[in-house]
Amino acid sequence: MQNAVIDKITKGELREELPVMEPGDQIKVHVRIREGEKERVQIFEGILIARNNSGVSETVTIRKISFGGIGVERIFPVHSPIIAKLEVVRQHKVRRAKLYYLRNLRGKAARLTERDRR
Amino acid sequence: MAPGILGRKIGMTQVFDEQGRVVPVTALQAGPCVVVQRKTRDKDGYEAVQLGLVEFVAERHVNKPSAGRFKGAGVEPSRFLSELRLDDDPNAELKAGDRVLASEFKPKQKVDVVGTSKGKGFQGVIKRHGFAGGPDTHGSMTHRVPGSIGQSSYPSRVLRGTRMGGQTGNKRITTVGLEIVRVIEDDNVILVRGAVPGANGSYVVVRRSRK
Repeated sequence: MQNAVIDKITKGELREELPVMEPGDQIKVHVRIREGEKERVQIFEGILIARNNSGVSETVTIRKISFGGIGVERIFPVHSPIIAKLEVVRQHKVRRAKLYYLRNLRGKAARLTERDRR
Repeated sequence: MAPGILGRKIGMTQVFDEQGRVVPVTALQAGPCVVVQRKTRDKDGYEAVQLGLVEFVAERHVNKPSAGRFKGAGVEPSRFLSELRLDDDPNAELKAGDRVLASEFKPKQKVDVVGTSKGKGFQGVIKRHGFAGGPDTHGSMTHRVPGSIGQSSYPSRVLRGTRMGGQTGNKRITTVGLEIVRVIEDDNVILVRGAVPGANGSYVVVRRSRK
């Protein structure tokens, strides 16, 4: 990034273990959820359709098809402490960086072909 | 306790708070500062402290009158000086030569940040005052003009203070009540929640807010 001091500040904020994630990957996001005093982990699994920003500000948009075929998208700040873990489940062959076109497709048309791990 | 500190704007970034929420912050290089002069009611008619930001200044850039002032106070020359009133705290123990560091400030405290906004030159009424302008099409011939600026026979003049085009930015601006998010004492850096006027690298005055 641009400035040494800012680098130093943000370094402490960054996640130590960050898997390589690419658009089209099937991702499992382990989200910490606070319920009163108790904390539990919920998993949100879906396709990574966009990565935005860089450094501490990096976010990923994950899209999943919920029950009843309803598309649900969540945007996660990748380095946020509320995320316990990020996991790449499988990767797909895609030809662009933003997969917003998946929003207009449903059912069989919205399938992606799997590709070998790089 | 110093009423404030001088510094430079480093730039913006973001951090996470205890709940994992994103907090937008501006990093400020705050100090080290040195007290150049202590003004007192008896001598100067009001209580204030004059601070100088400690930075390297080549001797040839210091003119003789200010060189004499720095020498008299026994401090190194400074490029950026500012006076802060001590009306709230006239007994503050600050005398010429004392240092003011970022470590005097603690998270959760509120500060006002004074800076010079980015200069945008002579701008029209749309950018400067947010006027709507005229329609772009349908035969419109008024695009970015302000329209009428007054009435005819009465008052037959333009009222003072009517908003028009002119110099925009490059003006002293104070943002009030910013919360200190974090203080990095080793580097004399203060992280303040939200934005601060001016370009990165520009000088700012950080004042404690009046509650």
